[in-house]
Amino acid sequence: MRLRLFKENSNFDFFKHWKMWLGISGLMMVIAFASFMIQGLNFGIDFRGGTTIRTESPLAVNVAEYRGAMEQLDLGDITITEVFDPTFREDQNVAMIRIQAQDEQEAVSVDTIEAVQAALKDIRPDIKFTSVESVGPKVSGELIQTAAIAVVLAIGAVLIYIWLRFEWQFAVGAVLALVHDVLLTIGIFSELQIRFDLAIIAALLTIVGYSLNDTVVVFDRVRENLRKYKKRDLKEVLNLSINETMSRTFMTSVTTLLALIALFVLGGDVIRGFVFAMIWGVIVGTYSSIFVASAVLLYLGVKRDWSKPDANAGNQYANIDA
Amino acid sequence: MLQIDLWKRIAIALTCAIGLWLALPNAFYGPVEQHNDAAKAIELSGSTPELQAKLALWPDWMPSGLVNLGLDLRGGAHLLAEVKVQDVYAARMEAQWPEVRDALRSLTPVRRQQSPEDELRVRLNDTDKMAQALEIVRGLARPVTTLTGAGSNDIDVRGEDGMIIVTLSDAEKQATDERTMQQSLEIIRRRIDEVGTREPTIQRQGADRILIQVPGIGSAAELKAIIGTTAQLTFNPVVSRGSDANANPGIGNKVLPSVDEEGAYYTVEAAPVVTGEELVDAQPSFDQNGSPAVSFRFNTTGARKFGNYTAENIGAPFAIILDDKVISAPTIQSHIPGGSGIITGNFNVEESTNLAILLRAGALPAGLVFLEERTIGPELGQDSIDAGKVATIIAFVAVLVFMFLSYGLFGIFANIALVINVGMIFGLLSLVGATLTLPGIAGIVLTVGMAVDANVLIFERIREELKTAKGPARAISLGYEKALSAIVDANITTLITAVILFVMGSGPVRGFAITLGFGIITSVFTAIFVTRLLVVIWFEARRPKTIEV
Repeated sequence: MRLRLFKENSNFDFFKHWKMWLGISGLMMVIAFASFMIQGLNFGIDFRGGTTIRTESPLAVNVAEYRGAMEQLDLGDITITEVFDPTFREDQNVAMIRIQAQDEQEAVSVDTIEAVQAALKDIRPDIKFTSVESVGPKVSGELIQTAAIAVVLAIGAVLIYIWLRFEWQFAVGAVLALVHDVLLTIGIFSELQIRFDLAIIAALLTIVGYSLNDTVVVFDRVRENLRKYKKRDLKEVLNLSINETMSRTFMTSVTTLLALIALFVLGGDVIRGFVFAMIWGVIVGTYSSIFVASAVLLYLGVKRDWSKPDANAGNQYANIDA
Repeated sequence: MLQIDLWKRIAIALTCAIGLWLALPNAFYGPVEQHNDAAKAIELSGSTPELQAKLALWPDWMPSGLVNLGLDLRGGAHLLAEVKVQDVYAARMEAQWPEVRDALRSLTPVRRQQSPEDELRVRLNDTDKMAQALEIVRGLARPVTTLTGAGSNDIDVRGEDGMIIVTLSDAEKQATDERTMQQSLEIIRRRIDEVGTREPTIQRQGADRILIQVPGIGSAAELKAIIGTTAQLTFNPVVSRGSDANANPGIGNKVLPSVDEEGAYYTVEAAPVVTGEELVDAQPSFDQNGSPAVSFRFNTTGARKFGNYTAENIGAPFAIILDDKVISAPTIQSHIPGGSGIITGNFNVEESTNLAILLRAGALPAGLVFLEERTIGPELGQDSIDAGKVATIIAFVAVLVFMFLSYGLFGIFANIALVINVGMIFGLLSLVGATLTLPGIAGIVLTVGMAVDANVLIFERIREELKTAKGPARAISLGYEKALSAIVDANITTLITAVILFVMGSGPVRGFAITLGFGIITSVFTAIFVTRLLVVIWFEARRPKTIEV
């Protein structure tokens, strides 16, 4: 007996309330964007400059005490967070200290870091500094810019590729789904105030890739079915295509999630934010390939005459013979 | 139908074998690393029995390429420095002044005027001779010898209110910047080599930045102590000694603070007698009182200049200046002909050792500003490796079990392909000497999850084709054929994002892009070719009438 995640020969009507789903997706995007505008992202030092120091000590972390030790150094805004992780040893108490970029200081000051380390050593002689990272304001500004360009470039490149391989309506649907995924991911990072650093940008781009993967598989089937059932209603064809690919969608999402969840739980706190973004992206991406990408396709309509062999269509690969 | 030519079978099997073969050293990371280090050491400085023993830890005929571990996994320091290329312009102008003065000597007396650092202003006593003077100074210009600057001269000369103003031309500035960067890279490399750490990365980034990564070093501060100082050593004549930092030094002189005596300032002539560039050696040593010092030796021209100067100025003080601070200002006791000497000061042993290193490696042509610094402790790196290992294994097992439960025998085929896939990722990473970072491990885990996608697409398609009651051979063949366009499209789009990440990203993000990109390539290969080969071999052996996927 085989494991089946999705009933075979199903005929679930995904588009019964498609306008409602589009509306909900739109609303979620608005909420995410509003949260981003109002609350803002909890940028890591990669993007706003400053210093983070990761400390490790056999004794429990006392945030107030740590703060007290650093108070007289007059460093402006300091955040201290204790880090918990199931992979830590018993005597491993970790804290992250974040110090804002010092005014009018492009270069990273050794003195500041040394002063902080000395102050902490005074109250916890056995403290270790397992990582110290400083980024100057100049670089962080550039990093933000590069990151934004990377995301826009990725989405643009994909738009062009899908347009070439399918039709412009498909490209618009896919890209709207991507924008949806990216916005919702930024939204949840702003809502939960999870630290947003360079690695999260990598996660965002991976989400773009993954969500697209999903969308393209559905679209590929839509294209095939449009050729096969020339007379059927577009809505019916879309529904059929999604039902046919649903089993695969579930399988891939589940295997990917299995792998990611293992990494989330056991992979340590350093990359937890990164993995969280990807897990969220897989879920949102799967949703969006049906309820955003396909729904947009339904809204825009699509050319129905696929009888002429299209030079850009998938046929040229179909004869590869292993 | 279901058949694969023999040569294709061999090619597929061979590709897998090569991939796994290249990946093999990574399974024995410690011994292979020692073997590689020993091989390098023997090549550099000859063999010792100890090194031979280490060399024997891994056979020579085996591949020995390893996946480099990134700083976030191994621990170490990372610095991004900006070179202040403009610093050099001032030095160029300083050197230009005597030349201009001497060239105009026969025409009219000239005086140097206050000016911005990258300009030289000279006032003519006899302003009527401006036209001639301009011509003479323009005659000093030399053509720029770079490709882009061909045809232009190194200095621009113009006349203004009885003054001649000399600046560097844009072409010359560009050429100078380029030289400054090359020199800085070279000198940073030399300094880090002097300290003897392993596998440092020293890369130029953009127009005026240098990225320095040194694994295994304790902290970025330590690294900065080595590369952060310019180490411009000069020997200048002392004009006077005082306690006023803002004293008017007079044209051609400058006021510099003393390192050891608080509040003491020396006025010295700006043009040095000899500079650190003319040193051939510097060693940490001790002076006659037994306190740490640095002994040095000049090359022949330096020795001659130093000898002549000391012969002519017995009894006068001269200053030993390091990075615009006076280390000491001894009085010349006698003519020093041999070209060697000793620098004393308030050093401890560590400082004198460092100074000797810096002087040996040479001065940086311009100052550095540090824009970014990261130190990762080795413990944190080890923790990350351990966590990453466990997570990867669990993820791997979970996916394998899940695939088997879903597709039975075909699931096993996919699983074999998946194992080969991960092996090949490591093989490719070792082959190109890529760096594995923590996000890179995440990339591999993600690949494990997503790699099965292509097989899932194929298997689902075979299931569908089976429903329309074709024979199993036909169904399998159609399944592969029809799933292909979806697989190709889906993976090309992901590959596009991986490429963009690689191009735009840096450090750990780039590491992630590499593993993701390789993962896509190998997973498409294993899904399309390897599982197909497995299925075909099985099918030929069994000839089943019906199949269940």
